[in-house]
Amino acid sequence: MSQGSMAPAASPSVAVDYNMDVVRWGALATVFWGVIGFLVGDVIAWQLAFPVLNFDNEFLNFGRLRPLHTSAVIFAFGGNALLATSFYVVQRTCRAQLYGGKSLPAFVFWGYQLFIVMAAIGYVTGTTQGREYAEPEWFVDLWLTVVWVCYLAVFVGTLLKRREPHIYVANWFYLAFIVTIAMLHLGNNLAIPVSFMGTKSYSMFSGVQDALTQWWYGHNAVGFFLTAGFLGMMYYFIPKRAERPVYSYRLSIIHFWALIFLYIWAGPHHLHYTALPDWAQTLGMTFSIMLWMPSWGGMINGLMTLSGAWDKLRTDPVLRFMVAAVGFYGMSTFEGPVMSIKAVNGLSHYTDWTIGHVHSGALGWVAFVSFGAIYFLIPVLWNRERLYSMRLVSHHFWLATIGIVLYITSMWVSGIMQGLMWRAYDELGFLQYSFIETVEAMHPYYIIRATGGLLFLLGSLLMVWNVYKTIRGDLRNEAPIGTPATVAAE
Amino acid sequence: MLLKKHHIVEKNVFVLILGIFLTIIIGGIVEIVPLFTMEQTIEKVEGVRPYSPLEQAGRNIYIREGCYNCHSQQIRPFRDEVERYGHYSLAAESMYDHPFQWGSKRTGPDLARVGGKYSNDWHVAHLIDPRAVVPESIMPGYPFLADRKLKFDDAKAHLETLKMVGVPYTDEMIEAAKADLYLQASEDAAYDDDFLARYPNAATGDFDGNPAKLTEMDALVAYLQVLGQMVDFTTYNPQMNLR
Repeated sequence: MSQGSMAPAASPSVAVDYNMDVVRWGALATVFWGVIGFLVGDVIAWQLAFPVLNFDNEFLNFGRLRPLHTSAVIFAFGGNALLATSFYVVQRTCRAQLYGGKSLPAFVFWGYQLFIVMAAIGYVTGTTQGREYAEPEWFVDLWLTVVWVCYLAVFVGTLLKRREPHIYVANWFYLAFIVTIAMLHLGNNLAIPVSFMGTKSYSMFSGVQDALTQWWYGHNAVGFFLTAGFLGMMYYFIPKRAERPVYSYRLSIIHFWALIFLYIWAGPHHLHYTALPDWAQTLGMTFSIMLWMPSWGGMINGLMTLSGAWDKLRTDPVLRFMVAAVGFYGMSTFEGPVMSIKAVNGLSHYTDWTIGHVHSGALGWVAFVSFGAIYFLIPVLWNRERLYSMRLVSHHFWLATIGIVLYITSMWVSGIMQGLMWRAYDELGFLQYSFIETVEAMHPYYIIRATGGLLFLLGSLLMVWNVYKTIRGDLRNEAPIGTPATVAAE
Repeated sequence: MLLKKHHIVEKNVFVLILGIFLTIIIGGIVEIVPLFTMEQTIEKVEGVRPYSPLEQAGRNIYIREGCYNCHSQQIRPFRDEVERYGHYSLAAESMYDHPFQWGSKRTGPDLARVGGKYSNDWHVAHLIDPRAVVPESIMPGYPFLADRKLKFDDAKAHLETLKMVGVPYTDEMIEAAKADLYLQASEDAAYDDDFLARYPNAATGDFDGNPAKLTEMDALVAYLQVLGQMVDFTTYNPQMNLR
């Protein structure tokens, strides 16, 4: 413990015995699950291009691997990134050790890993509730509830122990994420098991009520897991890395409360033109459009924090990851409200456009800000002078960025094309295309998408190597990025 | 100004938690609770019935294999969708679906009304090797369904659980659950008035071409064949349900 207890930049006034063990584990788990999640994602992307890759095998078919991919990325990669950074940020901004001694935070970490493994085994073996992003069955849900209550206890306990008068803004977002996920998890997983010795359960709700409960959950898994939590990350790591204060304190207050209030209402935009009553659809659309403003409030606050430090983007690829993340956040939180408009949604829904939208958020925002935080944390947590190689970070950045661009542009084209083909009529007034013709038309775009995913995966492998070498204590002999010498060398 | 008072929230953890909780609870309450209380949420239509044990077993396989990842069961009221798939979906049609399977993506076509469109043989051939019948298909093959014996002998427990969550299974249906499971996949079912009274419009007979064994394929095809088959749209008048 003593090794990580006093990271170089700690406040000079009091020596706090920070609990960095659990942060180190979380950082490594983030990298590990990230690679798994990206790998499975790319495998299923190739399956869509070449269905023979399903191998007619029940454990490898798309229907079972797709939930494995989404949960590995959201809950395993994203969840561990949130766990690690929230435990780091809350300690540093409160100048207090984690509540619960050694054992409670360790239980939260290992309990969460057990949840991930149980969920993953369930997906591959077909033990699923059939609710998107809430697939784990009742016994896994109960276990997660126990872990989550302990997580809340550790986080709130640490806030109570703080030696700072104010609770720092990053912690508001982390707290909103933890509290809201608890509510959503309990609300959306109400089910009765067939037998306490078996895995199968039936949802307490059915049809239209079940649908809205699920998307109330589903959209706010995006809003609070993938947005609020990662905004907490942004509010700590960008100011820290840029060595600039947060741009606007007032903006952070306004956009925080507006964001968490409005997000909850947006779920019905996943159910436009379905059997959900119109009033609910319209309400969901209206709040989704309003949500654009607090989302961009967060983006503006993140980007403007760079004021006076923009030059650092040239020399610091870690900061570049974080700032590009905020850019992608702004882009996908603009695209989201547009897609929630019923007229647009009529075209985009059920198509790959949605898939592209999700990935501009998940790869561009969630993964990039996490990569930035990981690259920031690894040298600090292991007391290294710096990362093994900044060049590798830069290569990772460009591989991943090109990967994302290939991914989302191909999905825009295929999504809009498929939506238009479905509704196309010939001059005699018949449907112009059979469904299977629209599937065939997707083939080239599925290959482009899978290639983009492959680049993103390769980038993450560079990160693994860089993290490994940094922890070992190696330093790559290389010229700093952005110096005239390297420009000449290139 | 309110912003000046924000320090109260920032200095008290429990005030902050309470504020967060009150802020996030409102949207869900306003949007979800009325769906349970307003009568016009679900239209009054004739014909929607609980799934037969075999259909429910098939539905569970549909969920297990993650079919919802690529297939929706929700037809929107657009001209092209109605022409391609049939009448737009009604809320009543999924009122006994625990969980709902409306889906969110159409990598494959909508299945809300796939029942009766294709023969059992077509479904079996298609599920075993989709490209044998649709060369351009990108669907995975599910040959293992045809080999595997259906494990649903605890059908009674499943129906009882579904009754607890609101599906109106009668005592008669629950008692006969296991027998009905096997009956529906036999040729006798078509002549069994009690069964047909319990589950009107159920597809009956051997589904998978292997009468000797009740397989997962039998169950899945039985489920696919009932999709969209319950409501008789010749007697449905949407004007009666203006909402």
